[in-house]
Amino acid sequence: MNQTLHHTPDALDGFRLDAAPMPDAAGQFGDYGGSWIPELLVPAATRIADAWAAARIDPAFGADYAQLCREFIGRPTPLQHAPRLTAQAGGAQILLKREDLAHTGAHKINNAIGQALLAKRMGVRRIIAETGAGQHGVATATACALLGIECVVYMGAHDIERQNPNVLRMELLGAEVRPVEEGQRTLTDAVSAAIRDWVVDPDGTYYLLGSAVGMHPFPVMVRDLQSVIGHEARVQSLELLGALPDAVVACVGGGSNAIGTFRPFVDDADVELHGAEAAGDGIDTPRHAASIVAGSDGVLHGARTRLLQDADGQVLTTHSISAGLDYPGVGPEHAQLAATGRATYHPVTDDEAMSALDVLCRTEGIIPAIESAHAIALALRLAADRAADSTIIVTVSGRGDKDLATIAEYRRAKGLPDGRL
Amino acid sequence: MGASEIRAAFAAAAQEDRAALIPYLVAGRPGVEELPHLVRDVVAAGADIVELGVPFSDPLADGEVIRNATRRALDAGVTVAGCLDQVRAIRALGVEVPIVLMGYVNPLLAYGVERFCADAHAAGVDGLIVPDVPLESAGPLLDAAATHGLGMTFLATPLTSDARIAQLATASTGFLYAVASTGTTGARADVAASTHELLARARASARDTPVAVGFGVSTPGHVTELAPHADGVIVGSALVALVEQDPVAAVARVGELARAAHHAVTAP
Repeated sequence: MNQTLHHTPDALDGFRLDAAPMPDAAGQFGDYGGSWIPELLVPAATRIADAWAAARIDPAFGADYAQLCREFIGRPTPLQHAPRLTAQAGGAQILLKREDLAHTGAHKINNAIGQALLAKRMGVRRIIAETGAGQHGVATATACALLGIECVVYMGAHDIERQNPNVLRMELLGAEVRPVEEGQRTLTDAVSAAIRDWVVDPDGTYYLLGSAVGMHPFPVMVRDLQSVIGHEARVQSLELLGALPDAVVACVGGGSNAIGTFRPFVDDADVELHGAEAAGDGIDTPRHAASIVAGSDGVLHGARTRLLQDADGQVLTTHSISAGLDYPGVGPEHAQLAATGRATYHPVTDDEAMSALDVLCRTEGIIPAIESAHAIALALRLAADRAADSTIIVTVSGRGDKDLATIAEYRRAKGLPDGRL
Repeated sequence: MGASEIRAAFAAAAQEDRAALIPYLVAGRPGVEELPHLVRDVVAAGADIVELGVPFSDPLADGEVIRNATRRALDAGVTVAGCLDQVRAIRALGVEVPIVLMGYVNPLLAYGVERFCADAHAAGVDGLIVPDVPLESAGPLLDAAATHGLGMTFLATPLTSDARIAQLATASTGFLYAVASTGTTGARADVAASTHELLARARASARDTPVAVGFGVSTPGHVTELAPHADGVIVGSALVALVEQDPVAAVARVGELARAAHHAVTAP
């Protein structure tokens, strides 16, 4: 691929895939992370770990990634002051990092393009992926179409019902979508199904995991790739405000947009990091997906992390109105950031998120994904208690078009206008 | 009890010129009351060692048959402590062959690895297989198992290098589990060429550690084909499927499999 030698300087300049430190060779983030996987996957996971360790410090790989970020994804995405949202909150200035404007409509493409480049570099011809909301599936199908790689996406049957437009998108992009009928038929079952596919042919298949979860090296690789969000936001904040923000906010399911947003600010001790977890009906009910706030330490999908589990170590059924946050675990680096107190995680209920979604639509003309609406809700909550000269950056991880059916259903249940005239 | 019992069971089978037959059953299936009797009958039919699956909500290494059976066991309220109760009930019926538990790590962590090994030993468990604990993460588990005399079993696959097989065999104080095929547990039509290649490599690298082969081994024909090349043969999903339909037929099948494990038997 030709490098873009001449471009107008932008916020993507200076981004490095190796900006954040690698955890140790075993992929441990403090007490969390690691590689708790069947022996069959050890050679494949090791091969990907070795390939990533080499790629992240290879300037040619970084240049290929940056070029695709600019030309295909449309990066840098804007950081934009949201005056009417700010007025609604009545406190701190709120700025929006617009990942919803990335190609395919969410931050997921940052990771999918990067890992697909890696798979191509490794000579793999078949990529599999899991998807919850469908955004990662669409992003992976897109990257595979662009790079000419076969693509199979596992998606829970329940998620297929609530995110149907994304199924058609994946099919149009040439991917095969395989429904997963097991368990609660959501993201966690799709991850398990994808891992089971991977063990059949770990030599010929690349598993393109969509969040910063799972066994080493996925949490570090997804973090490295998604850190483009926080890198840009940091540069843009310095340009726009002449200073770093007082706080950054992102939603956390597996936690990929959040770790990508947080990581470049981790060493900025004065910048608060806040994650919004899906509290569903409330963390005092059994129907939520807040694994840091309401979970405990355990092992899921190859990583030691925070997990929703019963006293016997069985993984619990989760609920969130947002398919992308409906996952019983969380990325191990978030578990570490929570344990050290560097980042703070807060529960946001379905109702709070849907209310924030309405507010963002009407104040800023942006229909966010329901996932992202959780972050907006938290930003509104935090902003209300702060002075008007303080600043909060909130990542709008994706756009809400995929969620229209869920939004209509929610509004119908609440007796609000639902699009039927 | 423990690792030495497992080694003795393999030695006794070898003495009789056959591979040890190791049926896998899911704890709590077809029912908590029924399982101990099923184990007793399966041992009477010729099982040398019994592998008992501890149910887990997210069993990454298992195929559909075992996943469905473990799901039913979980729905019926089978816990880790309940599995140990079942082992006690099996011992109370006079079953003396080694019992090896296969379970995923998270329920063991929730129980406490050290406490689990102590309680498992006290209940009459001889060995452990924890498929999602690779050697690199196994330190605490190995220590606890050694303290309480439990035999450990690690898995080697067709993708595992000879050097790593040797390491896995050394850590396997019970036996080394040779994974016959890539993919999850579940019946396969044929024994793959890679299985024979793996068994040859495993036996060359494993030194004194017995090698048992499983994953996709389902028919007496498979057992007959593999028995001369392994110290033990593990049959899981095919039996679990039978237990779900007709436990009596499952016991009869164990009898057929046990006869097929004799080296003198020629392939049908």
